[in-house]
Amino acid sequence: MILTVDRVTKWFGEDPTRTYALRDVSFGVDHQEMLYIVGPSGSGKTTLLSVISGILRPNAGTVTVEGKDIWNLSADDLADFRLHTLGFVFQDYHLFPRLTTAENVAVPLVLRRVRWRDSLRKAREVLEVVGLADKAELPPPRLSGGEQQRVAIARAIVAEPDLLVLDEPTASLDGDTGKRIIEFVKTRILEAHRAIIVVTHDDRIYQFATRIIHMEDGRIVDRAEAVA
Amino acid sequence: MSGILSLAMKLLLGDRGKFYTLVIGITFAVFLMMLMTSMFFGIIQHSAANIINIGAEIWVMDPNVQTPQNSIPMPDYMLDVVRSVPGVDYAVPLYLGAGLVRLENGDYQAATVVGLDDATLFGRPPLVEGRTADIYRNNAFFVVRDANYAKLGSPKLGTTFEINDHRGVIAGIATVPVGSLFGLPTLYTTYGRATQDLPSTRYVMSFILVRPKSPAAVAGIQRAVHALGYRALTAAEFTTRNDQFYEFQTAMGMNILIMTLISFVVGLSIAGETFYMFVLDNLERFGALKAIGARSSELVAMIFYQSLVVGFLGFGFGVLLASGLIAFGKLKIPNYAAVITYQNLGMALVMVLVISVVSAYIGIRRILRIDPFVVFRS
Repeated sequence: MILTVDRVTKWFGEDPTRTYALRDVSFGVDHQEMLYIVGPSGSGKTTLLSVISGILRPNAGTVTVEGKDIWNLSADDLADFRLHTLGFVFQDYHLFPRLTTAENVAVPLVLRRVRWRDSLRKAREVLEVVGLADKAELPPPRLSGGEQQRVAIARAIVAEPDLLVLDEPTASLDGDTGKRIIEFVKTRILEAHRAIIVVTHDDRIYQFATRIIHMEDGRIVDRAEAVA
Repeated sequence: MSGILSLAMKLLLGDRGKFYTLVIGITFAVFLMMLMTSMFFGIIQHSAANIINIGAEIWVMDPNVQTPQNSIPMPDYMLDVVRSVPGVDYAVPLYLGAGLVRLENGDYQAATVVGLDDATLFGRPPLVEGRTADIYRNNAFFVVRDANYAKLGSPKLGTTFEINDHRGVIAGIATVPVGSLFGLPTLYTTYGRATQDLPSTRYVMSFILVRPKSPAAVAGIQRAVHALGYRALTAAEFTTRNDQFYEFQTAMGMNILIMTLISFVVGLSIAGETFYMFVLDNLERFGALKAIGARSSELVAMIFYQSLVVGFLGFGFGVLLASGLIAFGKLKIPNYAAVITYQNLGMALVMVLVISVVSAYIGIRRILRIDPFVVFRS
């Protein structure tokens, strides 16, 4: 198992207004697995993603990545864990509009203390893989939505993370582009014995999942195996 | 770390509008701070012109004297008493006063008159025209060729004039390191002629200039003179006393201080607010960096680096602008009293550092509070 989530509970506020976002959530993710977390809005998908990414501390339960309980790590070690183990694709991409596309992709490498010049060289290689080699020197606002999504993916995979986390990756893409991108990510990441977690409610891309977890009201209500 | 700082630099330069506003804001603040303090130091330096130009090691004076311009005459016997103090190598009298010069065209012009000891001419300025010995000729005066020289009609050797209804002749043209603060031309003559022609009070000796036998003798001389009811100050002490008079006993020091503080507050406001806006604009991106794996200390380093880069650029441009204006002022305005010293450079630098650190701190407080969870809540 690359990731184990055991009885994770997360609530916001205190009694009597305490609201549960996650209740006793448990599951695991293995190498070469593409797990989808699906469910309606407010079901706790994003909260779960934040908890397993080391961003939002749970009130109970453990999250173990590669055998390490991440919520026992110090703040700096947690940052290092995110930097060295995870790759993020945010729903709104969160690209830096005033950096070039290549510079955006290079950010995780720069944070890993790779030299600026070497980071840019690697970023250009990855942009070539996602088909954006000719857009390397453009700022993200000059790219289409699909291209920006690919830049975000390039940024997420440039440092070759063990676990790729995608938050609503196709929310702002048309159906064909969304499918192409997910197919690309799956091929690229799973080939390297890594794992992918996708939070989505876009059923057009369910076909690419190796497993789907369905959430409602902070609970896992259904687990579907080996869709693809 | 250099990659992270390069990233910080690119983020800063990427937002051209805010970057220019930050640099211009700090430049303006530094420019004002430098100009104000340079004028102050310039005024202080020019007010001490006589102390610098005459160059005596010890000045003996009435205890109530604050500046060279406001001397209180001492009785002649004081000169003999000071000469008898142990440790005194020699002591000479000095007359410092003002005379009214009537020029050849009939115009009147006030002038500072320095009367040098007849025997030694101690404190005489270097001549650019004429000979030192010519000061002993009848009615001879040396004129200082400085910014106020033209007010006497730019006299040449041999030019005659009247001073306090006595005849005067220009016997030499001199230069001095520092011009007078008050815009008056300066005439040098002998102590005997000055005291004979100019003053009207009973006592005429403005100062006694003393050369100690050794630096170790200075304290003893000061104690002995103090016991006589007078004050003996080294040139540095007299300069400090003069500075303090202008700083604390005139409105000048307080006004300059207020203007400098206002400049500082203006710079701090512009830089602080713009930097905070810059941080706010990039808050989600800093959140994304945090989510990706940037440590808080790295974000702090980025913010400090950005604010320091802006601060140093503003400091450089501000100093350049102030230096340019002062240089232009010196070209165009005679005796323009402004001087950039290490003190006011250092003070402006400290203030810029404070502006940078405070601006960064405002942004850092916000950045440290960012919950990277925001990047998932679109």
